[in-house]
Amino acid sequence: MSERAHLAVVGAGPAGLAGALAAAARGVRVTLVDAAEQAGGQFYRQPARALGARRPEALHHQWRTWERLRDGIDRHLTAGRVTHLTGHHVWCVQREPDSFTVHALRGPAQEEGVTVRADAVLLATGGYERVLPFPGWTLPGVVTAGGAQAMLKGGLVLPGRTVVVAGTGPLLLPVATGLAAAGARVAALVESAGPGALLRRAPALAAEPGKLAEGAWYAGRLLRHGVRTLSRHTVVEAHGTDRLEAVTVAALARDGRTRPGSARRIPCDTLAVGHGMLPHTDLAETLGCTLTGTAVRVDEEQRTDVPGVWAAGESTGIGGAALALAEGHIAGRSIAARLYGAVPDPRSWAAAARARARQRAFFAALDPVYAPPAGWADRITDDTVVCRCEEVTAGQVRTAAGPLGAGDLRTVKLLTRAGMGWCQGRVCAPAVAGLTGCPLTPGRRPFARPVPLGVLAELPDA
Amino acid sequence: MNPLELARARPDEAFTVTFDGRPLAVLPGQTAAAALWAAGVTAWRSTRGTGRPRGVFCGIGVCFDCLVTVNGRANQRACLVPLRPGDEIRTQEGTGRDHE
Repeated sequence: MSERAHLAVVGAGPAGLAGALAAAARGVRVTLVDAAEQAGGQFYRQPARALGARRPEALHHQWRTWERLRDGIDRHLTAGRVTHLTGHHVWCVQREPDSFTVHALRGPAQEEGVTVRADAVLLATGGYERVLPFPGWTLPGVVTAGGAQAMLKGGLVLPGRTVVVAGTGPLLLPVATGLAAAGARVAALVESAGPGALLRRAPALAAEPGKLAEGAWYAGRLLRHGVRTLSRHTVVEAHGTDRLEAVTVAALARDGRTRPGSARRIPCDTLAVGHGMLPHTDLAETLGCTLTGTAVRVDEEQRTDVPGVWAAGESTGIGGAALALAEGHIAGRSIAARLYGAVPDPRSWAAAARARARQRAFFAALDPVYAPPAGWADRITDDTVVCRCEEVTAGQVRTAAGPLGAGDLRTVKLLTRAGMGWCQGRVCAPAVAGLTGCPLTPGRRPFARPVPLGVLAELPDA
Repeated sequence: MNPLELARARPDEAFTVTFDGRPLAVLPGQTAAAALWAAGVTAWRSTRGTGRPRGVFCGIGVCFDCLVTVNGRANQRACLVPLRPGDEIRTQEGTGRDHE
């Protein structure tokens, strides 16, 4: 190789930054490609610079880790070992005989095509939130829990004055405490999991004392902000005509049904709701990487089964920032060795491998605790819109799977248009799967985001 | 307490855009969605089929629910689109192309 090997890292969150750092420190030239204006990803999303935040850490957790990542990347940027392409929305990674081409769109309207050639690719594309429908979930004022947090961290704005945070999963805690700290009145934190489910998995969870301390810290914050937690409860309906005015919550019985007589109405102008996360796998799928379930399959070195393509972080399975950091670090070291024709020694990253194993075990134990409550799909009324883009109702989806006999998501889509709209089924696919009993299969989207025809027309013939 | 106080923000000077013809103060760096939220606006689109109001849902560019028309260009994701002084934001009706 006449010049230094070149790695393209897609995504500048914890996994991508850790991978870039590890590879750059070992002589690899790195181009970091990310959609945001600043590094950080969703977990470490930074306030826009012009907002002049002098205490951004007030919106964040584990700020020291962020400072280490940021300072490390800054040193490599200054030394010219890392190039950071901000505001670049990657829509496809193409495999060539000896290299890869990363295709991105940039500019405020994302209309300008840009390509980056590289010898290897690290996919650190992160994840997005799963939200399961309920009557009223399309009303303005109903937002995803992560979305409320992203708007707060990035734009320093609140969605409303009185917020109910609901759904299931560990994300709800930081969202509720973050909104409360920023001045919102959090009327309730509604979690469908019960404390008993956590206790039953106590041994697995206790193996990660840091996480337990974190949970206790959040509990203290909730108490301090006077947030009442309704565990083993769910939102059964959001009310309002042109915007959210209240939600009805109800207690859940062990079988997942709501307890008769337990329904109560909570006035609010915002509902921040989420039911866990899903990996972003579009780029991996187009490259031909094998998935396990909804996540990219990787080996001990974080390699996918496509030579030259590594993956780390939420795209390989939801497990949080600490896991993403460990996976990114391992990927970066593996890439640095392999790009120079060496076989890496896993003992050199033993600490990261132990952290990875611990975090994976922890999230594997959490997963069943924070599964959506049994019977959630039965509570979706027929007139509830399930596909938000194409305005397809639960009744139409049920008809497709019942009388019309659709047996997979693709057939349901062809019959109803559910999943055919702007978001390409990213939002509705889990709900359609739950309503129909079809398995949640990967979306197989050749383009990870909408691409102007002019950009496609300018591509050289393959 | 508000988010700007919490983060001890000292924003650059605000500028003005319009939303459906009305003036809207914007802090530099805020996206269209953030500026609209700051002004208490939560809906700026009506759906193609049933004409129902929509605004931010995912907040990170995945769901396309927050589509808005800026300077005559329809279907921009409000949660991503930056603003400049004098920009004209309009509520997007349906496809946003009905008047073309």
